[in-house]
Amino acid sequence: MHDFHADIEHITRVEGHGNIVIDVKGGKIRTLRMDIVESPRFFEAMALGRTYSEVAHITSRICGICAVTHTTTSIKAIESALDFNPSVQTIKLRKLLLNAEFIQSHILHLYFLAAPDFFGTGSVFGMVGDNKEDVLRGMRLKTLANELCALVGGRHIHPITLKIGCFSKNPEPRELSDFKKRIEDSRDEMDETVKFFKNLKIPEFERETEYISLTQPDEYALYDGKIKSSDSGEEIETSDYLDRVREFMVTHSTAKHAKSKRDSYMVGALARFNNNYDQLHPKAKESAMEMGLRHPCYNPYMNNIAQVVETVHCFEESICLIDDLISAGLKDEKREIGPKKGRGVGATEAPRGTLYHEHKLDETGKVTYANYIIPTAQNLANIENDLLSIVPTLLNKQKEEIIVDIEMLVRAYDPCISCATHLMKVEFVNE
Amino acid sequence: MSKPRVAFFSFSSCEGCQLVVLTLEEQLLELVTLIDIASFREAMSEKSDDYDIAFVEGSITRTSEIERLRTIRERAKIVIALGACATIGGINCLKNQFEMEEVQNIVYGKMAEKFDTIPTRPIEAVIKVDHWIHGCPIDKDEFIEVTKALLLDKKPRIPAHPVCVECQMRENVCLFEKGMVCLGPVTRAGCKAICPTYNDGCVGCRGLIEDPNLSSHKNLLNEHGLTVDEAISQYMLFGGNSKEKYE
Repeated sequence: MHDFHADIEHITRVEGHGNIVIDVKGGKIRTLRMDIVESPRFFEAMALGRTYSEVAHITSRICGICAVTHTTTSIKAIESALDFNPSVQTIKLRKLLLNAEFIQSHILHLYFLAAPDFFGTGSVFGMVGDNKEDVLRGMRLKTLANELCALVGGRHIHPITLKIGCFSKNPEPRELSDFKKRIEDSRDEMDETVKFFKNLKIPEFERETEYISLTQPDEYALYDGKIKSSDSGEEIETSDYLDRVREFMVTHSTAKHAKSKRDSYMVGALARFNNNYDQLHPKAKESAMEMGLRHPCYNPYMNNIAQVVETVHCFEESICLIDDLISAGLKDEKREIGPKKGRGVGATEAPRGTLYHEHKLDETGKVTYANYIIPTAQNLANIENDLLSIVPTLLNKQKEEIIVDIEMLVRAYDPCISCATHLMKVEFVNE
Repeated sequence: MSKPRVAFFSFSSCEGCQLVVLTLEEQLLELVTLIDIASFREAMSEKSDDYDIAFVEGSITRTSEIERLRTIRERAKIVIALGACATIGGINCLKNQFEMEEVQNIVYGKMAEKFDTIPTRPIEAVIKVDHWIHGCPIDKDEFIEVTKALLLDKKPRIPAHPVCVECQMRENVCLFEKGMVCLGPVTRAGCKAICPTYNDGCVGCRGLIEDPNLSSHKNLLNEHGLTVDEAISQYMLFGGNSKEKYE
């Protein structure tokens, strides 16, 4: 197909509103862009002037899928501004909640949003006829993760208990040990999940890019770490994040784009897998092997498989965290911290990639500056570069097939567009 | 009788309320045997403009959204506002304390004028709304109750009493006794007092009840050494579109 034009309006089964425009004439790409048409929400402005203790209520609402990560990252940025280090107990509870969100978000994406493409249907409802047991398994795993989120966070979407320096209510040790058993009993379902995704035919395509993620010396970094680029292996402090993440604006997107050393980079499950493979749980490494995911991997479609691997990892990690919490015993912790003037940056791995929040506070604890850099915004330039590379290889196919391949590629990144549409401020004078 | 055709739409929001619908899991599979889903972009590729019931999530923050919302109203027999952004404007109203130009400049700098934005409003400021499912996020049991009522052609019941009643039924220790600000006495119930149950003061995401007893709430604050300013600050997180109602 030498001439080809497609306007894919409001890509489905992704979070938020995005369009893809492709125009090919005489076998050459003339236009190719992913338009982000989600309404901008201006969170960096909304946070200004608010008291530090209210900020997490606001930032949680950036995203319904990764509300735990946004809340955690905001709180970490504020604690850093207040020079406060939370207790081991608080950090372990946060990690447990984050692991539960990873399981929830990855399972949602894998079974509900990505899988229907492999069965030639438009939604998970269309899979119920022939693959009902698979759909139900996905639902059971998601319910398990939602309930673990609710046990620790009060509820999953917009968690309640995450506070500066503590949890407003701790789970009971009995509830935790009961839940541990439920996770252990669901290991079989994860084994089935690995088998299910192993059998899906992932499109073949490779484009090596720069992979960026957090990294830690002693664990697979999700909750915290230094920022690592696959290009140099160099690790930098999160407070210097703007040296690594360089945002730029394009008129076709209400979400800013980002680059680092090259003109685009990738964040998310595959980036973490590539950067931190050694620290995955042995069971997660086995599952990668079983599904044919080799380290390092340059096929963005395999981000789906890397999500399965991480889900296995988070299952095992959650069990360890529950053991640690129970054996140490849970204590009520204090709530009054600050106010104090300062600047703080928090960085956490969200299911879709590294998330950065920065806050500056005045002496009374009011926010004078906020900056949030969202994983999907960081991936947009890389998605466009992947599309530029893959479209010429697809031109011998029918238009409908080309559109399916393109949509699958975008979906593999698990984009979260409402998250991405409110970005950093350029300058502000209210300080 | 043919099955009612149901569509889900989202405007400016985090799409968390649609996600709550997805967390119905197996109940959702039962529900889709009773209805036809005409459009649900977050979960399915098929879409149709032929629907009877429209669930609308999100607030209106752009000129282009006004037209899109009016079209939905013309096509649907019943429109339900889904979640705080749609019912009361919610967290998006926080930007209304600034001039829109300033908000655009803060986030987009020199390219500000390319990103149109208007003061946040709930959907009933633009179209007639038939029913409301409150909360940030919505409560899934309430979603089922409302949907059931609609399928049975009954009027869904929205609680008229305050969160305080539900909190007392759960036998929680009152947060005022712990020295915390709580909007539970003036906020519409239906959330099972989930935030106070987890030791966090109600932030009013479900909106004020009809005729809230504000003077009694203010006395309660004073008695516990808390200030009205603190309560207003908390109220403004979600109630920015109706500040005057609390004052």
